[in-house]
Amino acid sequence: MLTSRNAEAAGRMATTWQHQREARDARLEAGTRLARGKIVEARDATRLMEAVIRPGDRVCLEGDNQKQADLLSRALLAVDLAKVKDLHMVQSGVVLPEHLDLFDRGVAKKLDYAYSGPQSSRIAQMLFGGKIELGAIHTYLELFARYFIDLTPQVALIAAVSADREGNLYTGPNTEDTPTVVEATAFKDGIVIAQVNEVVDKVPRVDIPADRVHFIVEADKPFFVEPLFTRDPAAITEGQILTAMLAIKGIYAPYSVRRLNHGIGFSTAAIELLLPTYAEKLGLKGKIASHFALNPHPALIPAIESGWVQQIHSFGSEVGMDDYIRARSDIYFTGPDGSLRSNRAFCQTAGLYACDMFIGSTLQIDLQGNSSTVTASRIAGFGGAPNMGADARGRRHPSEPWLQAGREADPDGSALLRRGRKLVVQIGETFGEKNVPLFVEKLDALALAEKLKLELAPVMIYGDDVTHIVTEEGVANLLMCRDANEREQAIRGVAGYTDVGRNRDRKMVQQLRERGVIRRPEDLGIDPLDADRSMLAARSIKDLVRWSGGLYAPPSQFRNW
Amino acid sequence: MEDLSFHHQARTRAGGTRQMAIIGVVASGNLEVLAERVLPETECLLEIKTAAEGFGEVWDAVVADFVERYSPGGLKFSINDGGARPDTVSLRLAQAVRLMAEDEQ
Amino acid sequence: MSIAELEKPSVEQARATSFYEASARARVRLLLDPGSFVEFIGPEKREVSPHLKLFDLPEQFDDGIIVGHGRLAGSPVFIAAQEGRFMGGAFGEVHGAKLVGLLRAAKELKSIPVLILFDTGGVRLQEANAGELAIAEIMRAVIEARTAGVKVIGLIGGRSGCYGGGGLIAGCCSALAVSEQGRIAVSGPEVIETNRGVEEFDSRDRALVWRTMGGKHRRLIGGADLFADDTVQAFREAALELLETTAGFGIDTLNAEQSRLEDRLQRFGACRDAVDIWVAEGVPDAGSVPALPADQFIELADKVRRIARDAR
Repeated sequence: MLTSRNAEAAGRMATTWQHQREARDARLEAGTRLARGKIVEARDATRLMEAVIRPGDRVCLEGDNQKQADLLSRALLAVDLAKVKDLHMVQSGVVLPEHLDLFDRGVAKKLDYAYSGPQSSRIAQMLFGGKIELGAIHTYLELFARYFIDLTPQVALIAAVSADREGNLYTGPNTEDTPTVVEATAFKDGIVIAQVNEVVDKVPRVDIPADRVHFIVEADKPFFVEPLFTRDPAAITEGQILTAMLAIKGIYAPYSVRRLNHGIGFSTAAIELLLPTYAEKLGLKGKIASHFALNPHPALIPAIESGWVQQIHSFGSEVGMDDYIRARSDIYFTGPDGSLRSNRAFCQTAGLYACDMFIGSTLQIDLQGNSSTVTASRIAGFGGAPNMGADARGRRHPSEPWLQAGREADPDGSALLRRGRKLVVQIGETFGEKNVPLFVEKLDALALAEKLKLELAPVMIYGDDVTHIVTEEGVANLLMCRDANEREQAIRGVAGYTDVGRNRDRKMVQQLRERGVIRRPEDLGIDPLDADRSMLAARSIKDLVRWSGGLYAPPSQFRNW
Repeated sequence: MEDLSFHHQARTRAGGTRQMAIIGVVASGNLEVLAERVLPETECLLEIKTAAEGFGEVWDAVVADFVERYSPGGLKFSINDGGARPDTVSLRLAQAVRLMAEDEQ
Repeated sequence: MSIAELEKPSVEQARATSFYEASARARVRLLLDPGSFVEFIGPEKREVSPHLKLFDLPEQFDDGIIVGHGRLAGSPVFIAAQEGRFMGGAFGEVHGAKLVGLLRAAKELKSIPVLILFDTGGVRLQEANAGELAIAEIMRAVIEARTAGVKVIGLIGGRSGCYGGGGLIAGCCSALAVSEQGRIAVSGPEVIETNRGVEEFDSRDRALVWRTMGGKHRRLIGGADLFADDTVQAFREAALELLETTAGFGIDTLNAEQSRLEDRLQRFGACRDAVDIWVAEGVPDAGSVPALPADQFIELADKVRRIARDAR
């Protein structure tokens, strides 16, 4: 043990333990020359980047699922390559064209990220062409975790709605990733630069305290946010309604699923719109779908208004939903100012540990039940689905759906030692757009991994996590399959007229059906001819506006009035 | 465009008395089915004009399952297809049979 | 709703069925008195377009239009309905000829009115010459039928709106009813944007498209005579009201129509946006018009603009 005198001596000798802080202070000083207080003019944003960023830095350019630091990304793109180059970008969303222009220009070299939906085909070309040195494609929680271990940013470029002159930030309803990014950067001697829509005397609420924010840039127009979670009920098909009916009657009801997460496809939108109609007739109100980890989906408005939903925590917000959320604070998490407080890291954790079911769609499912959204020419990344769609091995609290799923997977195990299982449901139609089959012998992700020499194929949800597959052909319960062969035939059994479906072993599929592993619509008392759009609680965006009492204000591209 | 034709024996006569029914619209991913009661009671014919070429095997399977399940004896189905998926085809065929099973208005 | 129920028309069902979503056949069945519709040249006749196969395109057995006769509240009517999902409801040779034939039959009989359920993007590109000719023939046939004393009522509330030649034919009708979703114009949003630039008209700004061409604006500016909620029953009631209230047709009507249009141009020609027109028309809180529910809008429209009984 050191005596106090020894400790003092050690302290004097250890002045070299603060390299990072000294470097941060030097960058701050360089940047401060361009600022009044913390405020930097938008026209000086590129010079600010040149002052505080060093070649090879790890930079988090806030590209979230929705909110984009678009002004700062343009400013970074314009830097003098003699001063800033070869950056290592660590950001959850590669969403804007500028995010990839950085690599074309040589400002950035290496990339670690989670989601690239809107840029999926260009990012694939650039990866094939060697324009981007890929670290890894992550799930959101993984990337956030690595911000605190080995991918801590030296500089974070973030977006907020408003700032006061001290630098307190209000992030508005789309808080999303900002607290996580700032936490990792500011507390490890990094620099945080925020673009804001406006500088105000007092922010409506403090989402990020001022002492974590070093520079503020006032943007000439509000940061870009895309409505990603709006599904127009007018586009929901009879086939999607049928799969939704099968899911409600074949999975939600028998497991009494109350705590859950929904994907963003049309099939799950159909489920949301069938709650107040079809599910209500089945007497399921109060028994299912009451607590969600979910963005504020407009399609859920009729269920909320009909008293189905008790509580929703959100990853981010949705364009047009602000007034509705504000008026429904019993349902959503809101700040003292009344607006939504979202937080992607917490909501992902909630989806992983506190939900009993994930249900979502995908592009390809193989014979083991592995699924992927990668195709030969598109890499959309993972986003959050793998966290939602995975059994949480660290879960310890029981719930009825979780225990029931565990029983089905291991009926002979000891009840007190048996793990429960999260319900991980893939829902979709056997053929997608342009008659592309959902079921394949081999995922395109494997060919991609070979081509890019990846050590791991980009699988969205691993087959051993999937518990159910729902198509218009019926529900396959993979928990009740006892070996790989049964599993394969259960999958083939709901694969319809795809090659995978037509090559099924008809006798074995029939046996699986008798055991209840496969349940056809008629086994569930559902007539496919009854699947009709008149069952939807809302058939248009206008209907959703009506349900919301005029509080939902859809963006222009969704209107036909 | 590709023309396909399937001729099947049916176990029983299709129900109802209607002579003709039409359902669906020719649009992308959709199709129209015209059903007519013009054949001997144990026969069934489907004539298809489809915009999606090269799906003959899938049509063969869809039609075989449909005939097995609904036994539409005596009916001729004329189909104009805008590239519908098999599940939509099955649904429209079933809707056509249901319409034919109703009484003439 | 099952197919079985779909087949048994009733007022309740007509009330529950969106005109916008319904197929042309469902619209006809639910608009007319139950079981009264009789089709001319039905799908079993297979009178398909002679042109589409040259372009390797699929045909539809009725070529996208249903024509026939039936009863409306007991009285006989002729009816034509375009299917807006087949080739955007566009006019081709056969499609057009079916409507011309119906109008000429009405002209001969003099006493039976015609309902046209428009749902069209205009002329079919693949049979453009035949389609353009059809438009001209239909316009002539409408005017000749009206001259013979036949009321020709247009009902507009489908997915494809009423564009191109459809907009011209609608302009020749005795009276029009339109719903909020219905759009009436000649050039479509994309055409305007392509020819005049995105600054002139941003076709992706759907709120702009609707407030410029949509049913509410057409009603407020006098282009349509009645506004209907988006149900088949509301269109049925609108058709009945228009058949009741629409006056005869002669040179006086045409003169009145001409002066109505001149007056419109004079009063609103300088307006930059539909909202400016509504303000000039004295609509209180004009900006809120697009969000108004149908019943409140009808009340407002009836105050602002009465049916111009002398014109059209």
